[in-house]
Amino acid sequence: MQTLLDALREAGYRCVGPQLRDNAIVYDELGDTSQLPQGVRDRQAPGSYRIEIDAGPRHFSWATGPQALKPFLFAPQEILWRAEREPDNTIRFVDTPVSSTPLAVIGVRACDLAALRLQDRHFLEGPFADPHYGARRENLFLVAVHCSHPADTCFCASTGDGPRAEQGFDLALNELDDGYLLQEGSERGAAIAAKLALSPASDAQRDAAEREIEQAAQQQTRALPSRTLRDALFANLSHPRWDDVAERCLSCGNCTSVCPTCFCHSELDDASLDGSQSEHVREWDSCFTAGHSHIHGITLRDDTPKRYRQWLTHKLGSWHDQYGRSGCVGCGRCISWCPVGIDITEEVAAICGENGS
Amino acid sequence: MTNPHRPLEAEVVERIQESPTIFTLRLRFTDPEQHAAYSFAPGQFNMLYLYGVGEVPISIVSDPEDVHLFDHTIRAVGRVTKGLAQLEAGDRLGIRGPYGRGWPLELAEDRDVMIVTGGLGCAPVVSVINYVMRRREQFRRLVIMQGVKHSDDLIWRSQYTHWSGLPETQVLVAADEGAALWPWHVGHVTDLFDRVEMDFSTAVAMMCGPEGMMRAAIEQLHARGMGEDNLFLSMERSMKCAMGLCGHCQRGGQFVCKDGPVFSYTQVKPLFGVRGF
Ligand SMILES: Cc1cc2nc3c(=O)[nH]c(=O)nc-3n(C[C@H](O)[C@H](O)[C@H](O)COP(=O)(O)OP(=O)(O)OC[C@H]3O[C@@H](n4cnc5c(N)ncnc54)[C@H](O)[C@@H]3O)c2cc1C
Ligand code: SF4
Ligand code: SF4
Ligand code: FES
Repeated sequence: MQTLLDALREAGYRCVGPQLRDNAIVYDELGDTSQLPQGVRDRQAPGSYRIEIDAGPRHFSWATGPQALKPFLFAPQEILWRAEREPDNTIRFVDTPVSSTPLAVIGVRACDLAALRLQDRHFLEGPFADPHYGARRENLFLVAVHCSHPADTCFCASTGDGPRAEQGFDLALNELDDGYLLQEGSERGAAIAAKLALSPASDAQRDAAEREIEQAAQQQTRALPSRTLRDALFANLSHPRWDDVAERCLSCGNCTSVCPTCFCHSELDDASLDGSQSEHVREWDSCFTAGHSHIHGITLRDDTPKRYRQWLTHKLGSWHDQYGRSGCVGCGRCISWCPVGIDITEEVAAICGENGS
Repeated sequence: MTNPHRPLEAEVVERIQESPTIFTLRLRFTDPEQHAAYSFAPGQFNMLYLYGVGEVPISIVSDPEDVHLFDHTIRAVGRVTKGLAQLEAGDRLGIRGPYGRGWPLELAEDRDVMIVTGGLGCAPVVSVINYVMRRREQFRRLVIMQGVKHSDDLIWRSQYTHWSGLPETQVLVAADEGAALWPWHVGHVTDLFDRVEMDFSTAVAMMCGPEGMMRAAIEQLHARGMGEDNLFLSMERSMKCAMGLCGHCQRGGQFVCKDGPVFSYTQVKPLFGVRGF
């Protein structure tokens, strides 16, 4: 692992990876393998995320933390451009440079790769490609780790997005007690792998790695129905469950900020005191805020039932119209990080019912 | 990659006060090359940036073939639009656009055209009225229906009077509340469909206004045999980016900014009138 970090740094990448911070696994600057969360397990449940130490040798025996890739590409806050006013009142519009230091992320999970694919489609493949996201995306090197320790809140097996990382990585690792299996996913990945002193994996190691991924899938207790839920959700827009969930939901928007596919943002202007320049800023927003749907002196979604319904019908329903698939990759974050423990899989079951009507 | 978020500088060439709160800005990009490269279709909109305050979506009301200037008619309601109302000839602002899909003008050729609007400064369709007026021979009858809350809210009063006198043109205006000397109907504009003289079976209708008003109008048109495929609506939603990125304008699976703001009725029908979408 250290040789991989060294090779990436030598190739010009800034490395980030999982680290234990404030009792959660977060991605941060990674210089040395000793910073990785060794022997650290997470225990997740609706509304709860706890870290446990099991003294094992492994570095990746945990599931998704609160954030992974999204903030690195779609920044929580950034300046899109700046306006400068000259003394004669003319206005100059100036691009703000995007830091383009190549970034390597270590330990990316299958669900987050699937979410990245969706964010790529949103930010890069529409009629207007976003240059800020694009610059960072181009310089991103991804080292995936196939998931062997899903949390109780994970359900990526049912959405088809994990636990095995299938696409979108440069390198992928299986972590075993006695080392890593390395898999190349791109030419860039192969170039880095060529610099490492690798020995061929044994059949036993391969089998063990396969078994771990299979077990990870079988351990998952939650699931979303495999069929497309769009029609079922839109047929149930007046289901009493929306009011029921809204009694518990705080409209805090945590679920949207931890979700790796949510893309909503707001734009605002921040003028300097002397009036000579003004920054046009983009920052994360959420369909749970009142301002999100405000027009004409009315708020289209003026209460929590409508906001939760907007979130769920979009994420699992109308996302199919926009991106050809559901917007949920089964990472379970919205379940763990919801302060009142609302569980998307449970709400869907209640609203769409067993018979899917 | 060029930055599609960044506006271009434009200059106010002329400012016209249409009513106490409604004004028109006639604009030109300060860079002549940018101005020459700019084109739009009726029904599309621009994002207008007021220095240091913010951006708002505003329809383009002028004729696409007027290469000298483009016009925006704006109602001063809030932070940005009240600031824009303070601009004078020579002042600068930012423009990016045009955005969205405009009206189906080709489809309307050689047919009767009905324009139904409700509320104030229904700018998206003023561009169509002007467009049809300037190419009168390409279209058949033109029926203009406009409803306002109070008779004082009607801008371009003299225009309506002028249009109503033209051949093959019918103007039906209504105000929920009329004042003295109000020559038109008092009540809802949707009360007036019995008076419409038009071939409903082939006409194309374009509407814009509060969704309740559009629903009532659509019912009336249905009852008179207009097909759903010939009905078009301009929808309004909160907009920040206008490029399908910020998510504010989502309406089910649609981004109103790029899939609209003009939609065919069949596209909007499934969620039309459902509160919260
Ligand atoms: C595609 C599209 C085209 C548009 N074209 C035009 C146009 O041609 N001319 C035009 O004047 N407006 C048009 N609008 C509406 C315009 O964008 C808003 O009125 C504007 O964004 C308000 O910005 P503000 O910062 O001045 O007001 P804000 O500070 O955002 O709002 C101030 C107050 O006014 C209310 N308000 C906001 N918008 C409206 C509205 N449209 N009518 C009544 N009250 C409102 C708010 O609820 C709030 O109470 C269009 C909107 C869209 C989406
Ligand atoms: S909706 Fe919840 S489980 Fe699905 S991707 Fe978003 S955070 Fe993960
Ligand atoms: S579902 Fe939970 S996390 Fe999401 S807004 Fe409601 S209370 Fe907050
Ligand atoms: S206005 Fe941003 S997505 Fe439509």
